[in-house]
Amino acid sequence: MAGTDSAQPRDLLRFATAGSVDDGKSTLVGRLLYDTKSVLADQIEAVERASIDKGLATPDLSLLVDGLRAEREQGITIDVAYRYFGTATREFVLADTPGHVQYTRNTVTGASTAELAVLLVDARNGVVPQTRRHAAVLSLLRVPRLVLAINKIDLIDYDEAKIADIEREFTELARSLGFGDEAVQVIPLSALVGDNVAERGERTPWYEGPTLLEHLEAVPVEGPDAEAPFRLPVQYVIRPRNGAEARSADASLGDLHDYRGYAGQVASGTVRPGDEVVVLPEGHRTTVSEVRTADGPLAAAGAGLSVTVLLADDIDAPRGAMIAAAADPPEITTELDATLCWLAEKPLTPGARLLLKHGTRTTQVIVGALAARLDTEAVSYTDAPDQLEINDIGRVSLRVADPLPVDAYARVRTTGGFVLIDPPTGNTLAAGLVGDPLAAVPGTRPQG
Amino acid sequence: MTTAVTSPKLDALDALESEAIHVFREVAGEFDRPVILFSGGKDSTLLVHLAVKAFAPAPVPFPLLHVDTGHNYPEVIEFRDRIAATLGLRLEVARVEDYLADGRLAERADGTRNPLQTQPLLDAIAEHRFDAVFGGGRRDEERARAKERIMSLRDAFGRWDPRKQRPELWNLYNGRHAPGEHVRVFPISNWTEVDVWRYIRREGIELPPIYFAHSRPVFRRDGMWLAEGPWGGPRAGETLETRTVRYRTVGDGSCTGAVESTASTLDEVIAEVTASRLTERGATRADDRLSEAAMEDRKKEGYF
Repeated sequence: MAGTDSAQPRDLLRFATAGSVDDGKSTLVGRLLYDTKSVLADQIEAVERASIDKGLATPDLSLLVDGLRAEREQGITIDVAYRYFGTATREFVLADTPGHVQYTRNTVTGASTAELAVLLVDARNGVVPQTRRHAAVLSLLRVPRLVLAINKIDLIDYDEAKIADIEREFTELARSLGFGDEAVQVIPLSALVGDNVAERGERTPWYEGPTLLEHLEAVPVEGPDAEAPFRLPVQYVIRPRNGAEARSADASLGDLHDYRGYAGQVASGTVRPGDEVVVLPEGHRTTVSEVRTADGPLAAAGAGLSVTVLLADDIDAPRGAMIAAAADPPEITTELDATLCWLAEKPLTPGARLLLKHGTRTTQVIVGALAARLDTEAVSYTDAPDQLEINDIGRVSLRVADPLPVDAYARVRTTGGFVLIDPPTGNTLAAGLVGDPLAAVPGTRPQG
Repeated sequence: MTTAVTSPKLDALDALESEAIHVFREVAGEFDRPVILFSGGKDSTLLVHLAVKAFAPAPVPFPLLHVDTGHNYPEVIEFRDRIAATLGLRLEVARVEDYLADGRLAERADGTRNPLQTQPLLDAIAEHRFDAVFGGGRRDEERARAKERIMSLRDAFGRWDPRKQRPELWNLYNGRHAPGEHVRVFPISNWTEVDVWRYIRREGIELPPIYFAHSRPVFRRDGMWLAEGPWGGPRAGETLETRTVRYRTVGDGSCTGAVESTASTLDEVIAEVTASRLTERGATRADDRLSEAAMEDRKKEGYF
């Protein structure tokens, strides 16, 4: 990747694309990479060579992003791919999701880590059923920010009135899905010509908003769940035992014979020495005596940071335990009401015995009744289905073997999410969200 | 000495470091016999540095494995052995030349040994019953790698099936595998070449000297500067000349080229990489030029 080497620390924005197959997503991604100089000469030459081999007169830029042999042979995009580019102020990780087959699976995968999603529509068609489905999934996964990219405006002669109509319709849709107005940006653009992607379009003088790249660079993004209460799933217990050797490496540690550090990535909130915490699921209370990384002790650690926490009392907190704010702990339960995004070919039926991975704990689970299925186009729940099939989203009750400390997904994304795993194959079957993240959206409460 | 982390958002390198450390700890928590692939190159050296940070002040709970093609740069082998010894980590070496000597593998007509690494790698994984194999692969390196998962299942033959990949949701990695299968793990998937160099500068990580400008007898082949060596260079018509060069990647000597460069410090290297109009593989790796899907095809066979 080329780009400016700024001495200033830059932050990282993780975002995802969503859109139907012919909305020009590959062209937009290619344009973003090209205009940020993230496509280098040898990659462009490779695409030119391959295009000539295929008998094309002009380079096919979709070859830049379709990496697999089968994708190039069939002209389709098979799976989520990750792209990287950077500017002077920010680095970007783009989850580039294919739009047509298995859209729920791909959109859910991309959206699970995204702090922003770019949803594409074709300016000639405006908001179509697929737009509504994608927006519903992005709302369900609680992606904090949304960009509507109205693409191909060159094909409607930069028709301001038509663009305003699409904007109005989409803004209404986003509101009905629970997105605040400040979380949504609508940008008319042409990925093919380059208008309003990285460069301002000369043919849209009436458009006063930012280009897509300006918006991506400037949009304020909070850390993951920074405002939520402190949660730390314990990944690994660090016990050096051999004090003499390690002590010489880090003078701040002293004698390590009794050192017992609880290692993990802060899932939400902030932790400081002296904080009162509770170790779950057992519920022992203690205080944090030290928060550190390999670089030394910290005054505070926020969400996303991998740390090691030391506790004042000698409490057993093995992998799978969770250390949480004592004043605001998660619920401990063996009965879960959850929303599932079913990602596998094999359908889900009530009574299935599966594995559930939540935080650092994997436990057994028995699937109870399927309460409702989501009609993603109408964004309303329909009657209880017999089974969930691939790309279905449904409400279900689950009984887990071990008590789990869970938050509602609507409150904390990191500790409200889980995956379901097929015991015989080990395959990931579903993305699970604790509770009903769409409950706040009018008209979407499950019936019954 | 106490550092405050008060900003609501981590800077990019801190976020990438934390993600990689999270991956190392997940594997330590869930697998029985992990191993880190370590060649002494910049990406695997970075990987080992991150592993040290993930488990400090305890030692790294994994051994190291190098698949040695026999066409290595002596400076890199010296570095590889010294780092392993300094950290007190066990270093396993699987040698392509052992396979050539007893006929299990045959030298290729083009002299390159990179594709020959796959079998010794898979044999070493089977022999030691490694169930998680860390590699320094990055998704920005190549189109096929852009589709790679952070934890990627390999079947009993070591094969990658891009159509049967598990979706990766949030930071919940699924490493389940049957006996005989293993998982390839790529903690620095989300890093770019420039991120790697910036982090090396920030952390003061030592690298083999061939990454910095030095004087070396080289000859021109297929637009690359190759070093002389037992892999059959220079051939008739190829002239050896002394140039000021450095390496962007370190691999088998037969197919890894040097670039002309005067960058002798980390700042100069970063400036050069930032301004370069060529990717590291496009500039210096002949094996990726063999066909349009060269990397994908090798990955399907079990290569990294």
